[in-house]
Amino acid sequence: MLLFSRQGKLRLQKWYTATAERDKKKMVRELMQIVLARKPKMCSFLEWRDLKIVYKRYASLYFCCAIEEQDNELITLEVIHRFVELLDKYFGSVCELDIIFNFEKAYFILDEFLMGGEIQDTSKKSVLKAIEQADLLQEEDESPRSVLEEMGLA
Amino acid sequence: MPAVSKGDGMRGLAVFISDIRNCKSKEAEVKRINKELANIRSKFKGDKALDGYSKKKYVCKLLFIFLLGHDIDFGHMEAVNLLSSNKYTEKQIGYLFISVLVNSNSDLISLINNGIKNDLASRNPTFMNLALHCIANVGSREMAEAFASQIPSILVAGDTMDSVKQSAALCLLRLNRTSPDLVPMGEWTARVVHLLNDQHLGVVTAATSLITTLAQKSPEDFRTSISLAVARLSRIVTSASIDLQDYTYYFVAAPWLSVKLLRLLQCYPPPEDAALRSRLTESIALIIHHDSEPTLLVRACNQLGQFLQHRETNLRYLALESMCTLASSEFSHEAVKTHIDTVINALKTERDVSVRQRAVDLLYAMCDRSNSKQIVAEMLSYLENADYSIREEIVLKVAILAEKYAVDYTWYVDTILNLIRIAGDHVSEEVWYRVIQIVINQDDVQGYAAKTVFEALQAPACHENLLKVGGYILGEFGNLIAGDPRSSPLVQFNLLHSKFHLCSVPTRALLLSAYIKFINLFPEVKPTIQDVLRSDSQLRNADVELQQRAIEYLRLSCIASTDILATVLEEMPPFPERESSILAKLKKKKGPGKVPDMDEARWNVNGNTEHSENTEPTNKSSPPSLVADLLPTNRPRPASYSPTILSAGNMAPSHPFTDLLNMNSSPAAGASLLVDVLSDLSSPAPAPTTGPGPTDVCEEHFSRFVCKNNGVIFENQLLQIGLKSEYRQNLGRIYVFYGNKTSSQFLSFSSSVTSSDTLKTHILPLLRLLLTDLSLNVHTMPVDPTVEGGAQLQQILNIECLSDFSDTPVLNVEFRYGGTLQNIAVKLPVMLNKFFQPTEMTSEDFFQRWKQLGVPQQEVQTIFKAQHPMDTDVTNAKILGFGVALLSEVDPNPANFVGAGVIHTKNTQVGCLLRLEPNPQAEMYRLTLRTSRESVSQRLCDLLSEQF
Repeated sequence: MLLFSRQGKLRLQKWYTATAERDKKKMVRELMQIVLARKPKMCSFLEWRDLKIVYKRYASLYFCCAIEEQDNELITLEVIHRFVELLDKYFGSVCELDIIFNFEKAYFILDEFLMGGEIQDTSKKSVLKAIEQADLLQEEDESPRSVLEEMGLA
Repeated sequence: MPAVSKGDGMRGLAVFISDIRNCKSKEAEVKRINKELANIRSKFKGDKALDGYSKKKYVCKLLFIFLLGHDIDFGHMEAVNLLSSNKYTEKQIGYLFISVLVNSNSDLISLINNGIKNDLASRNPTFMNLALHCIANVGSREMAEAFASQIPSILVAGDTMDSVKQSAALCLLRLNRTSPDLVPMGEWTARVVHLLNDQHLGVVTAATSLITTLAQKSPEDFRTSISLAVARLSRIVTSASIDLQDYTYYFVAAPWLSVKLLRLLQCYPPPEDAALRSRLTESIALIIHHDSEPTLLVRACNQLGQFLQHRETNLRYLALESMCTLASSEFSHEAVKTHIDTVINALKTERDVSVRQRAVDLLYAMCDRSNSKQIVAEMLSYLENADYSIREEIVLKVAILAEKYAVDYTWYVDTILNLIRIAGDHVSEEVWYRVIQIVINQDDVQGYAAKTVFEALQAPACHENLLKVGGYILGEFGNLIAGDPRSSPLVQFNLLHSKFHLCSVPTRALLLSAYIKFINLFPEVKPTIQDVLRSDSQLRNADVELQQRAIEYLRLSCIASTDILATVLEEMPPFPERESSILAKLKKKKGPGKVPDMDEARWNVNGNTEHSENTEPTNKSSPPSLVADLLPTNRPRPASYSPTILSAGNMAPSHPFTDLLNMNSSPAAGASLLVDVLSDLSSPAPAPTTGPGPTDVCEEHFSRFVCKNNGVIFENQLLQIGLKSEYRQNLGRIYVFYGNKTSSQFLSFSSSVTSSDTLKTHILPLLRLLLTDLSLNVHTMPVDPTVEGGAQLQQILNIECLSDFSDTPVLNVEFRYGGTLQNIAVKLPVMLNKFFQPTEMTSEDFFQRWKQLGVPQQEVQTIFKAQHPMDTDVTNAKILGFGVALLSEVDPNPANFVGAGVIHTKNTQVGCLLRLEPNPQAEMYRLTLRTSRESVSQRLCDLLSEQF
């Protein structure tokens, strides 16, 4: 699963198969090139190497999944949509900036939703509940810090 | 819920991200990042121990920098330390860093594993989830080894929380994919199936994925899942959307789960349940999978037909794709055909090339005799504007359809010539080879073909491929149209020659051959052509091939009598029937199984099937480019155009291969003349001693047989010896054909096999040859066997390899011709590599074995200069012909060739791994062989290194 902007900046990448770093970079570059070159009305599926690519654009951000031959394209498209819904619900009308500044949160949400490339839970509530619980935990163990200390470290 | 208010405590990180975003240029950004990296590095190295929070923040910054596309080479240790923190967020960031940045073979794995182990044992569901996620994300073998046994018990334990169950199920699925051997089935499998009944739909979703994968591997163990899945499906379908609460997605009840359940059911033979048709695309896939219910197929087809006109591009794409599958089922083929106009329309109007590509695929799949003309015409007209990326494929498809459904061959010839005119650049060699094969094999179309190419060549600019076809066909059949003054011999010649200077070398070579054929066909143009051949631009051409052809043809035309010319330049014999090389090419292009199996049975040019007995058994060693062997394009010697080829062509099909397949049955006992070479030591040796001065052992063609099994091994003015061989494990059988090329008898014809003199004692115990004479009755074997003029004699040699060997047996032939005793000795191409059995293995296995064969004596390496053009396909074919399996995707460098095989001898088996690394710049190869025996490695290396 890749998220990248219209300018070709990678915002999030998640790999569900073991791939060497060099190959990852190459694949990302290649995919971004292919997908960004496509026109708005074109279909969301394309064949690439021995995989199928399913992508969708939301505002300035492309969501892109590579699936195997026997996987279902339409349901993958809905996976993307559900992920966007999750982000949207969590951040409150999500925009690219949210994902840039809170990339770790975006990762956590994706992890709650997909695991090893398979859907873990399709219910918005249960995914977000898990994230909220995590957030609560975070607040508990975060002791207040002085602003100065923060700045000193920055 | 605005995120910033929620525990987003890492202000330093936010400041850093803003800084980066405010950078005006790439340089400024890099500078800022380097500064930050230096800062973090010093913090990590500093004397003062960092608290968990700072570590977390810095690790997070590193992650961000990594996402920007920079390499991160430190911080892993700190991330691993975070795992042992008992603060959730620190742990979480630690895991995130590891899952994004640590690849599976990191040396930190044992530390990471330790962290995971603690978390799995913690009984804290949040921590357990993090740990399970990490295992699933990294998925390395070490992790699988450490945890594979533990996860099933977490999954089925009664007191596990739902969310942990979900993670455990998917984690197990991941491990099952990466290291299936480490996830043994067990008592837990039965309990996993019952997760389909779980209250929690999330658990069901995760479990269904796992069960589907497991059921694909061992359907029997999961048979009980059918009824559970069906029950679950019907509950979903019949439930009011409200019941499923949050699992309803845009008014559809649990779509993902439904699709997964349907997928699961596809692992099993058809159940009949109305509820199964609930989700359209997946259901159609299911119906196609079952392929048994004609009415359903037709309904599915009509449904897809509606999709074809849907507004949504995605649906149109999928509809075209699914219809392609439907078209190949006999029940729905007709139904699909009714949509032909829509599909053709799609081809013309779709704006997306990938959709158009699907339309082409579908047209190809739905084509049959009734609509072939329409479809081919549409494809041709589309081809004029088609995207470059799919042109070649369309060309191949048109060529195949045109041939397959040709009612009369004039239409076929027209279509292909059109094809060359429209998309000449995309017409591959195979296509025009095929036209020529067909024209040569079909008497009735030859005149028409000659006329048509002649007319096509009139165009001021014509494609070189057209010129090739034209040159070849006029060279063979120009006489059929020479009666018309508009296409008199001289006109034909001038037409071809006017384009000669614009062509590439191979085409010019072909044209020269056409010219010499003209000399035979039309004696009146002989002086003109001789002048052309004699000109400096030919005789002194910088290209060796052209120069040689010009010189040889010129000499031939000057010295040979009309009779000899007529014999040498005789019309080409019909090609043996074989699978169309174009189809093979299309299959290769699409990958196996991708070409819809319209009619996988062999289809012949003649449309008859009787020939199929004559076709060779599928032989791994026969290279796919046989056509290339037969047609004189790039062949190094022009001679291949005439005598050798003629006789090779005549000989091959005339001998039915009867019992190639029961190799193991002993040769008919009575009919064997035992020439166990062991006995030759004592008995009067046939050839070398008695003959009037032994001839030299001929090994001219020997090296050609290293990578192939059939062909001509020897030829002189009198005799031609052809071989066909078949090997299985340590046994082999060679069919030897002796052809008398003269018109008079050979008397006292006899043959025997010995080892070559030097190594006699060595080779004999190693290789046992049994010579069986087929065509002569052994019981009454005449003292003076004769071979009539023009006749052929055949013999069978049975071979058993006892141990590894490096010497070569020699075939001695003796006969009387015109009163003189002829003595011929030929090296028989029985080499060690013939006893290879190819072995497929994975990359992992390969390198493991490679390492095991690490003793210096086991490896032989040589670096040598390429003797032939470095063509990947040719090299592939040669390596396959050598007998090993060609392993793709083993070597990290895709340009290298890697092979594996086992040599079978009677006493032992020797595994062999080889690797060939081409260096196109230097035109060199490096060949490395590893086997368990030094002598084997050396011998194989010697044999193979002469082939490239």
